[in-house]
Amino acid sequence: MTTLLEVEDLRVEFLTDAGPARPAVNGVDLRLGAGETLALLGESGSGKSVTSRALMGLVDFPGVVRGSIRFDGTELVDAPDRTLRRVRGTGIGMVFQDSLDSLNPVYTVGAQLTEALQVRMGMTRADARSRSVELLEAVGIVDAEQRVDAYPHQFSGGMRQRVCIAMAVALRPRLLIADEPTTALDVTVQAGILRLLRGLTEDTGMAMVFVTHDLAVAKQVAERVMVMFDGRAVEEGSIGNVFAAPSHPYTRRLLSAHPGRARHWRDLTKGEARDDDGEETHRAG
Amino acid sequence: MWTFLRRRLLTSGISLVGVVVVVFFLARITGSPASLYLPESATQEQIDQFNRLNGLDDPVLVQFWNFLVGAVRLDFGDSIWQRRPALEVALSAMPPTLSLAGIALALSIVIALVAGSVAALFRFRGPDRVISVTTLTISSIPDFWFALVGILVLAVNLRVLPTSGYATPEAWILPTATLMLAPVGVLTQVVRGAMIDALGAGFVQNARARGYGRVRLVARHALRNAALPIVSVAGDRAAGMVNGSIIVGSVFAFPGIGTVILGAVLNRDFSVIQASVFVVGVGVILVNIVVDAVYALIDPRVRLGAGRSS
Amino acid sequence: MSSVPAASELEVVPAADPRPTGGRLTVHRLLRSPSALLSASWLAFLVVVAVALPPFVETAANRQDLSLRLLPPFSLDEGFAFVLGADSLGRPELLQLVMGTRSSLLVAVTAVAAAAVVGMALGLVSGYFGGWVDEILMRIADVMHTIPSLLLALAVLYVLQPSVGNLVIVLAVTRVPVYLRTARAEALALRERVFVESSRAVGARDWRIIRTDLAPLVVPTIRTVAMLELASVLLAAAGLSFLGIGLQRPDVDWGMMVADGRAYLASAWWVTVLPGVAIVLTALAANLLSNWLRAAEDPAQAARFVRRPRGGRRAA
Repeated sequence: MTTLLEVEDLRVEFLTDAGPARPAVNGVDLRLGAGETLALLGESGSGKSVTSRALMGLVDFPGVVRGSIRFDGTELVDAPDRTLRRVRGTGIGMVFQDSLDSLNPVYTVGAQLTEALQVRMGMTRADARSRSVELLEAVGIVDAEQRVDAYPHQFSGGMRQRVCIAMAVALRPRLLIADEPTTALDVTVQAGILRLLRGLTEDTGMAMVFVTHDLAVAKQVAERVMVMFDGRAVEEGSIGNVFAAPSHPYTRRLLSAHPGRARHWRDLTKGEARDDDGEETHRAG
Repeated sequence: MWTFLRRRLLTSGISLVGVVVVVFFLARITGSPASLYLPESATQEQIDQFNRLNGLDDPVLVQFWNFLVGAVRLDFGDSIWQRRPALEVALSAMPPTLSLAGIALALSIVIALVAGSVAALFRFRGPDRVISVTTLTISSIPDFWFALVGILVLAVNLRVLPTSGYATPEAWILPTATLMLAPVGVLTQVVRGAMIDALGAGFVQNARARGYGRVRLVARHALRNAALPIVSVAGDRAAGMVNGSIIVGSVFAFPGIGTVILGAVLNRDFSVIQASVFVVGVGVILVNIVVDAVYALIDPRVRLGAGRSS
Repeated sequence: MSSVPAASELEVVPAADPRPTGGRLTVHRLLRSPSALLSASWLAFLVVVAVALPPFVETAANRQDLSLRLLPPFSLDEGFAFVLGADSLGRPELLQLVMGTRSSLLVAVTAVAAAAVVGMALGLVSGYFGGWVDEILMRIADVMHTIPSLLLALAVLYVLQPSVGNLVIVLAVTRVPVYLRTARAEALALRERVFVESSRAVGARDWRIIRTDLAPLVVPTIRTVAMLELASVLLAAAGLSFLGIGLQRPDVDWGMMVADGRAYLASAWWVTVLPGVAIVLTALAANLLSNWLRAAEDPAQAARFVRRPRGGRRAA
């Protein structure tokens, strides 16, 4: 398997005026092959989200990134804007946790999708538009032809996250970073999104880094897991091995803190997940 | 959209009634308004006669009713000084005030958009610090003093601008600058804050993660969202422009509602003060309705009824 | 995994952060910020002047000497009191400024404090109870918003007699809506929080909840807004005095001094310019300080206080 992403000794620190900061990410190494899916597991504050943002070059001052991130042979740490812009979207795509916040409220989803296709894929307006409808259909939006002209707030939470996924995969990235994409969603809706992501990685050969704090979710999408605690990667290996015989005390604690999670996971993967089209919008205003 | 506008019109109507009530009570704070309407040299007989003629010996509620009936017919009595309807006096003063305030506000918005966006893009760095200190300084200058110093330097010493008048374009420069003093600083800070919020918002980060350039992020994705708070603060400032126009009227003798109000105060012409409060109140309510319409145009969540999200 | 911490480290929560927080962090930042420090010093200096000097200089400040009328500034020939020249009645400009400091600060601070207290109380009630109380208060705030503050002040001070008391009341009343809206918004958000619910569950009365649960949490925001308002109220008070409907002689404030100099603008600039400079400096100090304070107490603006490393990364 060819190496797609190679992270060495990644350190992220947020500077303050009140003395030296505790690093948010403290020496993380990571390798990801093409088409491979890795779950980045850890509790909030463990540095997993900061790590995922650093991969995209989205850590801004006063955050400082050190170490090395090589994507497909290109060094991203301290890279000039031009390089980062070329990699973002078409090389590495990203899906965020809060789907309402991550879509522009003043444009229709179609406008945002076609913009991405026109600007980054050089499509004509008409092509971009019909491709947008196809993409929405592909991520399971019913009535895509009509829904393409709807605004983000007119979608349910689950449907909105599907739109975000469509927007990320529209640019055919070789790596997708999904930063807790299902955390804000109901369990049943969550299952649908996870199946969609799995399906997309299998169909397109796209690699994925899936950030989550949820063991069951990690098991469902990834074959390999990296556990983070306090800015460090404390354990890494195949999901089966790590969960069957956790070698690190933190991982053991994480596993024991989720009694019944395994059963819950079985239920999820066995049962046919409900389509979430009829579900109410989460936020009213 | 329509429920939203209906609600806005309803609250505007309530505000209008409130303004009328304020106008009525302004005159009644001290009991009989005779002392306000009549010259200070009036005799007791004249006061009694005035009270009788104007129904001021009626109970307050009856007086209020009569006043409301007059207000509905837009009748605020006659200007004692100018001997014509008070409302006419106030209304005829509005065009110059509206032009001056419009120009000053438009220029302030343009300057604020540029300066505020630059400050937001260079947040906490050199340009931001310079712009912050400059706008804070501008907000700290009293407009009446700025006007006088402007006259001193540009009209008296350098003789490049006239000290008063409004017939020539040069005569508008100092009044416009004076009127811009209050809004420009506030608006720049609002633009900066709104742009920082918008640039940090998830959808801009997401757009950035799609590889868009900086210009596209600012101009297409941040600006339209940042426009919402900017529009509402600019609307809020409309009422404040009248404050400035009173000062401009005083210092530059620039015609407009400001000079009318000051003249009415000087000449004890109380019905004109009442009419002015009414006219200005209606003007501000109209501006607010326009602002809300613009808001709905910019933000589909308002237009399509997901509530005015903060 | 070269730097995996020992297992024992992981059983405890990450070590406590030794860096300063809260009030200590604010002081730490104040000492490092020249503009904020300078502003605070200037305001402190004015307070000392306003409190300590007037009893000693009042007589000299109001003594008229027509032989010294419009005496130019920056000369010690007539003594230190006349170092900033004299006004049209031969009163020493410097001592007039000192007297003006007291009234200007007194009016502005009292008006801000009164508006803040009343506005916060009404806002808490409005936000906590909601319903028709809220509806009425908000409509009143709307109406006040509709009438320009200077116009309202002019009309009211025209009807009432201009005096220090009326000036403070008018300024305070026109500013109440600012605090009303702020406190209401906060109270609305806090009302639904768990600790309020639990107070209600154990049977605490509404007024008690407002006083002990809501008010302490709203005070910091109100304080920030009040700080921000100080400069604009100072300017508004000066404007009213300038128009002749604020303070009346023998009281004096800076706005009135500017108005006094107006007739002599061409011949004696200092009578107009100097009191204006006092207003600008004071309003600027208040603005700089409040702007800085807001940033210093806002974790989201922490980056403002961080020195950028030389040749550091550019933000994309």
